[in-house]
Amino acid sequence: MRVIEPWVADPLQRFLAESSARLVLLTTSSGQVVAQHGFTRALDVMSAAALGAAIMASTDELGRITASGASRALSHQGPSRGVFLSGFDVPQGRWIGLVVYDHDSSLGLVRLFFDRLVGELTALAPVETPAREVLAADFENELNASLRSLFGR
Amino acid sequence: MNVDLAGALELITRVVGVRGAMVVSADEGLVVAESSMDGIEGAAVAALTAGVVSRLTRATAAAGRSAPAFVHLQAEGGSLLAVPAAEDLLVVAVTDPDVNVGLVRLELRRMAEQLA
Repeated sequence: MRVIEPWVADPLQRFLAESSARLVLLTTSSGQVVAQHGFTRALDVMSAAALGAAIMASTDELGRITASGASRALSHQGPSRGVFLSGFDVPQGRWIGLVVYDHDSSLGLVRLFFDRLVGELTALAPVETPAREVLAADFENELNASLRSLFGR
Repeated sequence: MNVDLAGALELITRVVGVRGAMVVSADEGLVVAESSMDGIEGAAVAALTAGVVSRLTRATAAAGRSAPAFVHLQAEGGSLLAVPAAEDLLVVAVTDPDVNVGLVRLELRRMAEQLA
């Protein structure tokens, strides 16, 4: 597990232990990677962060068009692995969580413990200045900066 | 499958000492239907019960035994009973400590047979 924000480490460690998730990626909606577990290549983190943000943006827009509101979470069940993607608000702004799990876990367990993770992150988050508007250029810059911090490149 | 889930769960919760009953998707650990789960976090019970039954099933398979037909988790404050059913479902009951386990098991199995 690698974290950019140290206060995220303990709640995320508990989530990993309780949910038995294989891969976890926490990013801000501006593309900054907050923490990751299970990824071995920066390229994979970059792809997952970009795809996760794009999916959440698409589903939020779909929710707006259909008047069903912003999406909270969505999941995909493959033959051997499942993917859970959720947007949530912390005092720092909107974050996105991407979780990949397999037969050692289930969607129910991931959802249950992810909700608890969000609760803990919200309670532990240091008070900071409100999030600014996300621009496309910021997304790429912040993603690259956080990948350099996580993978030392 | 054409089963009145609410009615069938009602028969389980009618047993004295049963605090709630639910049908859970075993693979996903999600609630399919529930009855009288006041004061009980249904989603949590569903997720954790499915996880326990899944691990027990793998443990019995590793030991060369067939999958569990009835799971009874006994705790100080009560019991959790689960019976696997067809269609990858579990029928689950949460009970007080002094419940008639045999009677609840009978009702759980009856419902599991209806789900077949």
